[in-house]
Amino acid sequence: MNDHQVHIDEHRDDEGAKTGMWIFIFTELLLFGGLFIAYSVYRYLNPLAFHLAAEELDTTLGTINTVILLVSSMTIAMSISAIQYKNKKLTLILMAVTMLLALAFMVNKYFEWSGKISHGIYPGSMTLQEASRGELLFFGLYYAMTGLHALHILIGMAFIGYVMHLVVKNEVQHDNFVILENSGLYWHLVDLIWIFLFPLFYLIT
Amino acid sequence: MSETVNQHTEVSYLEYKGRFKGLFAWIFSTDHKRIGLLYLYSMLVLFSVAALLGLAMKIELIAPGKTIMDAQTYNSFFTLHGITMIFLIVVPGLPAVFGNFFLPIMIGAKDVAFPKLNLLSWWIYIIGAFIALSAQFLGDGPPDTGWTFYAPYSFRTGTNMLPAVTGAFVLGFSSIATGINFIVTVHRMRAPGMTWMKMPLFPWALYGTSWIQVLATPIVGVTLLMIVLERTMQIGFFDPALGGDPILYQHLFWIYSHPAVYIMILPAMGVISEIIPTFARKTIFGYKAIVVSTLAIAFVGYFVWGHHMFTSGMSGTALYTFSILTFFVAIPSAIKIFNWVATLHKASIDIQTPFLWALSFLFVFMVGGLSGMVLGALSTNVHLHDTAFVVAHFHFIVFGGTGYAFFGAIHYWYPKMFGRMYDKSWANIGLAIFFTGFNILYLPMFYLGMTGMPRRYYDYVDEFHGPNIVSSLGALLMISGLIIIITNLVRSAKHGEPAEADPWKGKTLEWTVASPPSLENFEEIPTVTKHPYGYE
Repeated sequence: MNDHQVHIDEHRDDEGAKTGMWIFIFTELLLFGGLFIAYSVYRYLNPLAFHLAAEELDTTLGTINTVILLVSSMTIAMSISAIQYKNKKLTLILMAVTMLLALAFMVNKYFEWSGKISHGIYPGSMTLQEASRGELLFFGLYYAMTGLHALHILIGMAFIGYVMHLVVKNEVQHDNFVILENSGLYWHLVDLIWIFLFPLFYLIT
Repeated sequence: MSETVNQHTEVSYLEYKGRFKGLFAWIFSTDHKRIGLLYLYSMLVLFSVAALLGLAMKIELIAPGKTIMDAQTYNSFFTLHGITMIFLIVVPGLPAVFGNFFLPIMIGAKDVAFPKLNLLSWWIYIIGAFIALSAQFLGDGPPDTGWTFYAPYSFRTGTNMLPAVTGAFVLGFSSIATGINFIVTVHRMRAPGMTWMKMPLFPWALYGTSWIQVLATPIVGVTLLMIVLERTMQIGFFDPALGGDPILYQHLFWIYSHPAVYIMILPAMGVISEIIPTFARKTIFGYKAIVVSTLAIAFVGYFVWGHHMFTSGMSGTALYTFSILTFFVAIPSAIKIFNWVATLHKASIDIQTPFLWALSFLFVFMVGGLSGMVLGALSTNVHLHDTAFVVAHFHFIVFGGTGYAFFGAIHYWYPKMFGRMYDKSWANIGLAIFFTGFNILYLPMFYLGMTGMPRRYYDYVDEFHGPNIVSSLGALLMISGLIIIITNLVRSAKHGEPAEADPWKGKTLEWTVASPPSLENFEEIPTVTKHPYGYE
């Protein structure tokens, strides 16, 4: 009987796995969609306060983080090409670079957030309680949305880290790399969400 | 036994010995059939508890004033009843139990597309259930907001909201995982020859449902997350004192929770579309119309959420739009009813328990649907908003629709799932008592609502006493019926007569395999050439 168990586990469908990933990515977009709706509604209701609050954010740090994420998207995409050329070493290097860039993003985020917090700008702080409701909402949304995005960065790092482990063990190879492709798709999603967060919070003032 | 190939030699999935033993052979099994049963058992326990909570509320309402519980207890009872019934039973119910068990078999596959993800989604379900239910025992008392968690009360109340909301959030992931799994399964794993238009209607219904699960659940996920952030970090998303807008909460909540109603009802319609042709011995009337109306319900269902909010202050245009769309969404449901009834026309009907459940479904679903029209019309809605009428309406739809279809499904597929037949006469007696009790319980609530009794109060004025006594007695009768039904089913799993592979003379693929099926369902994947309901 046991060969049957093996048989079921062996079922492999790369197309199906990718379809599943795409649908999952769509649910992630919808998850952020709720927050984007909240952002639009409150921006519409408080245009001036949102304008003033946005000037508090550091555009330079935001731009650096955008560049970091764009480059990391490129490196993960290159790693998918590398594995198809059967270059295991290059694949691992490119994935490691992606992880390092993700880490750099988080370090930047840490300094950005701690800077804000040291200025007394965080949910429930005294400074914000004296500020206008619009500013309160802006920073509430800022922390919620960039926080949720940062959480996705961490999940993406864990995912890529796990796939690196599979590459090392030769379980992901040039003819069986759909999970690497899926981790790349997920990473592009994380990147894409940032591409929308960046102008909404940093550029539009 | 019948003549088909996929019958013998293999041990059944119930007896199969895998890597693990005992309980672990179940809770770590990636077999879609075992996972379906895991869901069934979990839901049976939760359903019994939530039904008893409902009974306790009806006993409280048997007389005005305090009868057996105080106001706060009553509030927490209807909250727990709602959370359990909605998030843990009717939303996942039919897809998780019967979808898992029968979707692969009915489309001629050996398992779902992602068996491990399937097992994971059961684990997420159990974890979510524990988190949600822990709210009852931890902290500052059980939640009292109702299952809708309306802002701003949901972050002002001193009760223990956080676990309840977090639990509902976690359960969403289970729902999404199942949805993704089913969509990919239907796309990729249909047997050779099974074109879209040769797929049975239950898989079709599951396919439509899965899309709603995938597209709507993330919205409620993020909304519940915002409630969590609001409570823990004082971010004022929905709190007017902090600049937020409580109406936005209602919009976001119903953008999910109205489509969720179709997550509940579409698979129920799918079950009825399977039962009726089998016992009518006749091809279903208007197969394509049913398929199209399934997709139409899934689609239009997205644009009607506003009808939950007619009294909360939207613009006139929004009110009219939502009202007219609500009437539109009734059309595909009506088409299905006509198709089912037309199937019965001039059929040689074999009256068996599952068929009786399907007939009862048609009755209660129509009562529920037509009372929904009363609520979808603006003027009557204002009068009936938040009254017992609404409670009666959605119990007719959710319990009457999904609940009846669930019991219909279990009586229909029971011999396939357990390889044994239940006692048919007890099943029919149980159904008769349940059906009578159900109507005595909920019909008076329409009257109570129209005369002005609000919902969610543990007390009422003397004028409402008479109908409330009737309703509460109906509840007792209905629970007695339920006890008979469930006892019969549980007992028969061990002691029932062994069932044949095709006890009802059904034509869909699940009746061509052994009862209970072997681990891989099919020794050889069948090639489909005919329409699923190929009766002559």
